[in-house]
Amino acid sequence: MKYFHLIWAALFRRKTRTFFTLLSVLAAFLLFGLLDSVRGAFTAASNNVTGADRLITVSKISLTLPLPRSLLARIQAVPGVADTTFANWFGGIYQDPKNFFPSQSVAENFLDLYPEWKISAEERKAFHDTRTGAIVGASLAQKFGWKVGDKIPLQATIFPQKDGSNTWTLDLVGIYHVDDPNLRAQEDALYFNWSYFDEARQTSKGSVGWYVVRVIDRDRADAVAAAIDALSFDSDHETKTQSEQAFMAAFASQFADIGLIVGSIMGAVFFTLVLLTGNTMAQAVRERIPELAVLKVLGFTHRGVLALVLCESVLMLVLGGAAGLALAGVAVGAIRQAMGPSVPMLPVAGSIWERGLGLMVLIGIVVGALPALRGMRLRIVDALTGR
Amino acid sequence: MATLVEIRNLSKVYTRGKERLEVLHSVNLDIEEGDFVALMGPSGSGKSTLLNLIGGLDSPTGGTLTIGGQPIHSVGDDALAKWRSANVGFVFQFYNLMPALTAQKNVELPLLMTDLGAAQRKRRAGIALQLVGLSERANHKSTELSGGQQQRVAIARAIVSDPKLIVGDEPTGDLDRQSATEVLEMLRMLNRDHGKTVIMVTHDPKAAEYARRTLQLDKGTLVEDAVRALA
Amino acid sequence: MKKIRDILSLAATALLPTMLLLAAPWWLALALALCVAGWMALTRTGRQAASVTRVAISTLAQRAGSSLVVVVGIAGVVGVLVALLAMAAGFEATLRQTGTDDTAIVLRAGAQTETNSTLDRDATQVIAQAPQVLTAAGGQPIASPELVVVASLPKRSNGLDANVQLRGVGERAWDLHDRFRITAGRRFQPGMRELIVGKGALAQFAGLEVGAMLKLNGQPWTVVGTFETGDSHDSEIWGDTPVVAATYRREGSVNSITVRLQNAIAFDTFKAALAGDPRLRVDAFTTRDYFNRQSESISRQIRILGTAVAAIMALGAVFGALNTMHAAVSTRAREIATLRALGFRGTPVIVSVLLETMVLALLGGAIGAAIAWSVFDNYSASTLGQNFSQVVFSFHVSPQLLWSGLTWALAIGFVGGVFPAWRAARMPITSGLREQ
Repeated sequence: MKYFHLIWAALFRRKTRTFFTLLSVLAAFLLFGLLDSVRGAFTAASNNVTGADRLITVSKISLTLPLPRSLLARIQAVPGVADTTFANWFGGIYQDPKNFFPSQSVAENFLDLYPEWKISAEERKAFHDTRTGAIVGASLAQKFGWKVGDKIPLQATIFPQKDGSNTWTLDLVGIYHVDDPNLRAQEDALYFNWSYFDEARQTSKGSVGWYVVRVIDRDRADAVAAAIDALSFDSDHETKTQSEQAFMAAFASQFADIGLIVGSIMGAVFFTLVLLTGNTMAQAVRERIPELAVLKVLGFTHRGVLALVLCESVLMLVLGGAAGLALAGVAVGAIRQAMGPSVPMLPVAGSIWERGLGLMVLIGIVVGALPALRGMRLRIVDALTGR
Repeated sequence: MATLVEIRNLSKVYTRGKERLEVLHSVNLDIEEGDFVALMGPSGSGKSTLLNLIGGLDSPTGGTLTIGGQPIHSVGDDALAKWRSANVGFVFQFYNLMPALTAQKNVELPLLMTDLGAAQRKRRAGIALQLVGLSERANHKSTELSGGQQQRVAIARAIVSDPKLIVGDEPTGDLDRQSATEVLEMLRMLNRDHGKTVIMVTHDPKAAEYARRTLQLDKGTLVEDAVRALA
Repeated sequence: MKKIRDILSLAATALLPTMLLLAAPWWLALALALCVAGWMALTRTGRQAASVTRVAISTLAQRAGSSLVVVVGIAGVVGVLVALLAMAAGFEATLRQTGTDDTAIVLRAGAQTETNSTLDRDATQVIAQAPQVLTAAGGQPIASPELVVVASLPKRSNGLDANVQLRGVGERAWDLHDRFRITAGRRFQPGMRELIVGKGALAQFAGLEVGAMLKLNGQPWTVVGTFETGDSHDSEIWGDTPVVAATYRREGSVNSITVRLQNAIAFDTFKAALAGDPRLRVDAFTTRDYFNRQSESISRQIRILGTAVAAIMALGAVFGALNTMHAAVSTRAREIATLRALGFRGTPVIVSVLLETMVLALLGGAIGAAIAWSVFDNYSASTLGQNFSQVVFSFHVSPQLLWSGLTWALAIGFVGGVFPAWRAARMPITSGLREQ
């Protein structure tokens, strides 16, 4: 654009002032990138597209109450159900409570319902065939330096073995990968066979933690869920079935209203930013009234001057904001690298940049509007004589 | 010589609140193409106002103003802007260059409104700067130039789109004697060798000596119209 | 190159006072302020500084826009900092005041929390019989075998279901919580499907008023009273352990047993006695210790979050302040140069600029602190505690916290003012006199 150097020169006329303003914008969008990354992580699980055709069935009374294994066949028989599996929370500790990661025992066909977890056919077979076999996510394996063939001892916190010992030793037979970077936190887990778990556990034999159901037709999910719950109505194991997304969202909302907290903080930050950049733009235009008048003398139309000032304002926001978002991306990358993929932060990409750029342009326009109007309205003769 | 500027019954009234200030009363005037005109008069006489109207910086309250055959008295702001960029070059007392741009970029400014490509704009600006003798200063920021040099850059900017008319408001008002002479020589050269019509407001009698025709204004009307033979 | 060296050395000298400021207790800062005031009143240089400052303050109105930027920016930083730290403090306080040193909770060995623990009836009886356990008048040990389950109820705030912790308690539970008191209705009767509701749970969830009926696992229960313990138990609803066990089909075992010891010193012997008993595989903790650990990691995470967010905002505020003060100094360049030409030394100018910045910063800090205090003090919130149930807590805006916020504000003001102040004092007089 041929006017670009004009806008650029105008912006950097007062280098120090522009520099400090850009730094403030950078700080604001650094914060935006970081906080939106956290907020996104909390909603990511509930936005998982592949999970859109999965339902979760838990005990209606409490998340911690088990369900009978006998429900499996009955759920499978419900019309609309494509596939059913189950899992049980294990919650073991590897060496130190600080190393905590989720561990679950799962049914044989569990991996069928989670196609987004990529694992080789041989390792799947090994998992199926090895009684004490376990699979872990790639990130977890990397964190502890595990390789296929290693033995992993877990200290039980809830389920001692029937011989009284607290140690469950599992054989690592497979490692799975998750491609979607927004869901990589799912690699931070260990799964072993429920058959071994049920056989070796001391209490509550024959019970499972929850069922996972894949429906044939996504649009009929509600009806299927109701039908599944009807199976256990008025029994001693009443169930509550909902889509995986709804389940995750409800869970996240119990933690805190992350959206509200992040929204409030960013509200305060952007309010201050608008004030700060607005002040800068107002000063910048006030000082340049004679210059803008000269541009009009040379042939710029009123609207041309309006556009010029708006572009300057938007450019200021975009320069500082893009730098801030880029820095946030680097920071989040470093944090995720240091603390593992289960830290609740999404990588700064795609939708975060979209939202960020949208905000930059919006704020740029809001902040530049009044000064731009002033520039548009100035009368050449008055402005040149300093009136 | 053809008439470039045709003014009939031109008046300009400023209203400040309830006050009506009539700055120009029914001025009638013809200016020939290729002429060098000085507008003089005491302060408040309306000479700057007349200049602004001729330059298309403002619109008259009454009367007609036709330049190069084009009536511009009742034309809207946008059309005036377009007309200005192609037809008038301005030289101000305080130069009014963009401080953040180089001399070259300053001169190119009027060309931004045209369809010319970057290379062509650069070339034309280069020619204009050469004409005013400042080629080697093309990449200096205007703040790095002396007063006389800045005014010459302003002149280059005024001629870069090859307008017929050059309008100056006290072009030597802020310059020392030597720089003033340089600038006036430049204007004379543009008038004599390139056929530009020059109309300038000035207080300086020495500057007025360069003009062929001197118009005196007082209280908004033309009171004297003198022509001299130029060397 | 020299310029960069100057800036770096200035940054280094600015760093020390800034850090001292952040760490200073309020009385030290007050003493410092009084010293400065005294200096300004009594010494000649001080008086010069005072007069320069007076001029500056009088022209403040002209620079209202930029000054407002500093005030609002810093108010934002302080507001967010105080709010988030108050959240952490409140959460921590709620759990920290739960528990005492002379009551102990016993879990199955290896279980980190009550929910992961199971104790059968025999075990609970053995534990209750330990000689270190205090007995009541009738010879009964003061012990409460407890069962924790979760009930799903709609939250008042958004109508969505969330989990509230239902605790079955033993007959002697009242003697285990010093600050327990019934605030409405009455205690539940043993053997009946009756509930008492904690103050926090009542505030967060709908449908828990005295007289309300709940369906727990298909069985009807009645709320007969509300209670208050002044700690995290206020987030719970209590019933009689055997009845809760029957409703949730957990007869025969409980999650934990809490006992009152003869005194705090007896804990170690108690713990050793249990460890040495071959019939038991258990872990014992003082209740204070147990609940403290629950809150640690969450409080720490909130604190880290709060400090990180505030730090970045503070950075933005510093740049804003730098911008404003830089412009202020530029606008007054001629004035400052004139003063210096007249004989005013550099110090009064530096002090004046710094004072101006710090007054604006203090104003912003006070506003931010006031907003945080009025909006957030005692603001009730809840989050996921152990056992996937909600823990209710109140934000706690303490004077200490407010002072923390103010010191951040002053530090930002100092950093934002020190460079422009230095620049003002070092500006060559001649160029200053020429400035437009």
